[in-house]
Amino acid sequence: MTSEKTQQQPVARLNGVFLHYGRKKALDDISLDIPSGCMVGLIGPDGVGKSSLLSLLSGARAMQSGSISVLGGDMGSKAHRDAVCTKIAYMPQGLGSNMAFSLSVEENLQFFGRLFGHGKDERRRRIDLLCRSTGLLKFLDRPAGKLSGGMKQKLGLCCALIHDPDFLILDEPTTGVDPLARAQFWDLIEDIRTGRPRMSVLVATAYMDEAQRFDWIIGMDDGKVLAEGTPEEILRRTACDDLNEAFIALLPEEKRAGYRAIEIPPFSSEERETAIEATGLTKRFGNFIAVDDVNLKIPKGEIFGFLGSNGCGKTTTMKMLTGLLEPSGGTAALFGKEVDARDIESRRNVGYMSQLFSLYTELSVRQNLVLHARLFNVPEQAIQERVDEMVRRFDLQDVLDAMPGKLPMGIRQRLSLAVAMVHNPNILILDEPTSGVDPVARDTMWQLMIDLSRKDDVTIFVSTHFMNEAERCDRISLMHAGKVLVTGRPADIVRAKGSDTLEEAFIEYLKEAEASGEEDGETITTEERLSVVTPEEGATETEKRSSIDLRRLWSYTVREWRELSRDPIRGSMALLGTVFLMFVIGFGITLDVENLSFAVLDQDQTAISRNYALNLSGSRYFVEHAPLSGGKELERRMESGELALVVEIPPDFARNLERGSTAEIGAWIDGSMPLRAGTIRGYVQGMHLGWLQEMLRERYGLTASRPLATIESRYRYNPDVKSLPAIVPAVIPILLLIIPAMLSTLSVVREKEMGAIVNLYVTPVSRFEYMIGKQLPYVAVGMINYALMTILAVTVFEVPIKGSLATLTLGAFSYVLFSTGLGLLVSTFTKSQIAAMLLTLIGTLIPAIRYAGLIDPISSLEGVGLFVGRIFPATHFINMCRSVFCKALFFQDLHTSLWPIMAAAPIIMALAVLLLRKQES
Amino acid sequence: MPNIKHIYHLGIKELWSLIRDPMLMFVVVFMFTGQIFIAAMAITETLHKVPIAIVDEDASQLSAAIVSAFYPPRFQSPELLSMNEVDPGMDSGTYTFAIVIPPGFERDVRAGRSPALQLNVDATRMTQAFTGNGYIQQILLDEINAFFHRDKGAVPGPNLVIRTLYNPNLESSWFGALNEIINVVTIMSIILTGATLIREREHGTIEHLLVMPVTPTEIMISKVWTMGLVVLCGSFLSLKFVIQGWIGIPIHGSIPLFLCATALCLFATTSLGIFMGTIARSMPQFGMLGILTLVPMLMLSGGVTPLENMPLLIQRIMMLAPSTHFIAAGRGILFRGAGIESVWPQFLAMVLVGAAYFAVALFRFRKSISLMA
Repeated sequence: MTSEKTQQQPVARLNGVFLHYGRKKALDDISLDIPSGCMVGLIGPDGVGKSSLLSLLSGARAMQSGSISVLGGDMGSKAHRDAVCTKIAYMPQGLGSNMAFSLSVEENLQFFGRLFGHGKDERRRRIDLLCRSTGLLKFLDRPAGKLSGGMKQKLGLCCALIHDPDFLILDEPTTGVDPLARAQFWDLIEDIRTGRPRMSVLVATAYMDEAQRFDWIIGMDDGKVLAEGTPEEILRRTACDDLNEAFIALLPEEKRAGYRAIEIPPFSSEERETAIEATGLTKRFGNFIAVDDVNLKIPKGEIFGFLGSNGCGKTTTMKMLTGLLEPSGGTAALFGKEVDARDIESRRNVGYMSQLFSLYTELSVRQNLVLHARLFNVPEQAIQERVDEMVRRFDLQDVLDAMPGKLPMGIRQRLSLAVAMVHNPNILILDEPTSGVDPVARDTMWQLMIDLSRKDDVTIFVSTHFMNEAERCDRISLMHAGKVLVTGRPADIVRAKGSDTLEEAFIEYLKEAEASGEEDGETITTEERLSVVTPEEGATETEKRSSIDLRRLWSYTVREWRELSRDPIRGSMALLGTVFLMFVIGFGITLDVENLSFAVLDQDQTAISRNYALNLSGSRYFVEHAPLSGGKELERRMESGELALVVEIPPDFARNLERGSTAEIGAWIDGSMPLRAGTIRGYVQGMHLGWLQEMLRERYGLTASRPLATIESRYRYNPDVKSLPAIVPAVIPILLLIIPAMLSTLSVVREKEMGAIVNLYVTPVSRFEYMIGKQLPYVAVGMINYALMTILAVTVFEVPIKGSLATLTLGAFSYVLFSTGLGLLVSTFTKSQIAAMLLTLIGTLIPAIRYAGLIDPISSLEGVGLFVGRIFPATHFINMCRSVFCKALFFQDLHTSLWPIMAAAPIIMALAVLLLRKQES
Repeated sequence: MPNIKHIYHLGIKELWSLIRDPMLMFVVVFMFTGQIFIAAMAITETLHKVPIAIVDEDASQLSAAIVSAFYPPRFQSPELLSMNEVDPGMDSGTYTFAIVIPPGFERDVRAGRSPALQLNVDATRMTQAFTGNGYIQQILLDEINAFFHRDKGAVPGPNLVIRTLYNPNLESSWFGALNEIINVVTIMSIILTGATLIREREHGTIEHLLVMPVTPTEIMISKVWTMGLVVLCGSFLSLKFVIQGWIGIPIHGSIPLFLCATALCLFATTSLGIFMGTIARSMPQFGMLGILTLVPMLMLSGGVTPLENMPLLIQRIMMLAPSTHFIAAGRGILFRGAGIESVWPQFLAMVLVGAAYFAVALFRFRKSISLMA
């Protein structure tokens, strides 16, 4: 313990902290004090628990066991978390995962400002300050998704700093950023700390070389703390020259076993054939030039390194070399043969490992290897041998039947390499194969690659961020903004710039390149920066946290609305989609049963029998088809579905009738569609009676004896018994259910999948504010839909509104609250978008069509369907729409339908809010 | 020429993906069991437990007989209302029918004055209104005739004997269950194929496939056959065990022939799923696209209301939807026991529609697949 550390209260204190994900242990008994007022680095490879630790400290993740206190209070207590969340800033891993990429820099910052309850002027002041100091001021209008990696990180930092935190937590802020941007980023942090000396900073990083600049280092591996101390102390303790080595020295014995420093046999490029050649290779995406005139010539067996920041065109170049992308200009050739995406055979030369882990996580390690071997047409009898060899070479015996998703990063990458090698290719194209891998496993990977190159003469084209890896390559290229800046042996490049390290040389090249480009052009002096990042006194006091803050709620509404309006495809499908569906369904669903096909089996063939058939075919309900000649034909034609009704007139029908003896007419109805069959039965009965009376009167001059009583049917509300007035009002509720529910569900589940949900976890926004904030835009979409559909109903379908439009609108509003709420409820218990989508479809589409009274009233339902129908607000809203459109009803008549809808919305919202978690579990 | 072995091995991979996603498996199983069961049990008939009210201002023996003529399961036991309760009851939709028996009704009948009963019908509930009106009239007349011991055959003339084929009691559960299978087949095949394609794009595995000697045609066929197979097996098991076994609906026709129809329909719908997967750029867009396609397909294929009553234009458009032909063929095979000689036009239509969809989807897929990587 140094004197510096014991002077002050630690900013955070952990005691016996464990964390499990299922059966996997992420943190294993961590007890630690994190000193305040200085910059603390949490170092260690990916997957050792750094991110878990940070998310626990920020309050984003729920604690499982142990105790954590941050800023003098227990993080297990909700009251304390709510109190300190305005003092903690958390920047999660991944480039801008908590931002909205379709929103501009300004809009993103405004969002966070509102979340922390700042007023309009206050927000303006803070945003201007932060942006001036970070050089983002010029880019305020640019969408966050179009910023370079370094600028995204700066924006992330601005978002984190907007509320003047006392404790800044940064999770791998510089991963995937080029060295120049990285250096600028650290300078910025340094300046901010000068301006706010009391602020504590905790940074996680996988770059050991960055750790040198921290005041205090905590090394982690396998969920445990390996060591802590100042960098000097740690170097002294391990007797190493750099922290990379020191970290390896600190690893437990069994991990270090088998580790040896990498040795690279020299490579001579003389008299070797060219394996990879690119001439003037160019790729344009619209106006954007991703790769600009790249020329490379790589001899067989060389390890060729490709360096550059994220988004500089490395991956695009590699994709063109593999034939995944067609170049816009220039050529790429492998072994003198031009790459052609259509030439399937040439693909066997190449093994490719993409940047993202992209093996099938649903297949076991063995299945993955075998599948790839088969797809590469390795002969069936040779597959086992190849797989065995890969397993031996890449040391995968112990994990053969494991699922790749559950393996540590290092082994996963080894598996990816094995898969890329399974068909014995001559060329390996590896896109950042070692990112996220710990130093030991990284060296193992390199050893494998070196063996492949030197022993098997495999040409390796590899991209990387790590300078120490770049130094191991035979030759490297530096790439920036689509252009290759320099190509050569690492030592030559360092010498050419007269620098000490490759990193410095790289930074020099980048500065040169940027001087000519526009990006990141703004330079400001340190003094200027210092002056702006120092907050004004008195302005930092955060307002007292109220239970519901409309500004926070509104911040989500604004963000959601803007995101929707920037996705025109989704937006227009949501609005015009309803209009389209209303047209189709309104015109398509007709309940008038007409045009029924029928045929006569007339075995009598008299005037009377023909008259009977005429009676049917003369009505608007029936269309006569060619007559039948016998029972066989009847069977066949009914079976094919051609005839819905057959009328059979028996032989001697007329004679029997005249004799007054019983005559029977048979009517055969196709019962395979009960709705239609029931209607046909009604028609036939009615027409039979009509015919009888007519016949008696005309033929025999008789009138049927006066009936005992008559029945007057009054078709109410829809006197002409037309289909449109019955259907059109019922379509509105169905569409108002499905579309808003689908939109709101996916808006939340998408945040879960993409990571932006972390804003809910670590900012003062409450679950209620979050849910309502997300809901409002879709309520607005729903109400626009309602207006569109109502207008359509009145104008195009000519179904006038006879009752109270105001009441209907009130009902529609409550109903849209319900349907969006239903979507939000589904979102609380689904994690993937596919599942959310299917569940929403099952939960809305089917009950709305079947159990809400669209065709048959729900009183005719049975079982679960009846239960669903009773409680489903769609039932009540369908009833309400029909009442207002057709029955001319007003508020006082409608309350029995209105109350259930108005009650359902708060219930469903309350459930959704309660089931939503404020912390990740 | 696509390589059969690749198609086979890629397909096996698809099956593994499905098996190892428990939530998805749950949804698949539920759709083919619970969903179908609920649908079969939910609706029994158009005229089932019809809500009816009677205003008895006569309070005679005859009116009492009339009231007792309406009983479950066809009708709910009639509510006896006073005259001024009729309008609110009809307005709120509590009753579809309200019969008004005027004062002195029995007396007037006896006197041969042929008095009128009033039957109020809520015509916004069209199907019930239509069918119920005739049915109730019949019941009323029969009841009055019986009360005065008048023979039904008092009117001379032939009797009408109505026989309903294939589903003699017009039980909707048969219809509901079959219809639901067709709905489930349509929803599942489109969403599953499209979503697995989008997932593959999101996880970057499609890129992996493209650097291998595997053609887009093989990738697409492998998805089509596997998702088709899953849904086909699901519908077979559902037909055998849920519909025949559990619910006990008799199936007249040939199940193998029905499965052939299902397979043809799946050929078209899975192709459609792929096509939609190439258009949507993200899962939310796919979701909206799904609604825009599925809602018309489910409502207008003839499953909810008869196709022949739809406007000609819509009928023509719906001929392009495989589900339309599938419903026609499925109904013929399962209910009417139709053989191939009766349903071949539908089969032919599905082959044509499927081939067209497949060709368009394949064209789109090959064109857009390089943008997915």
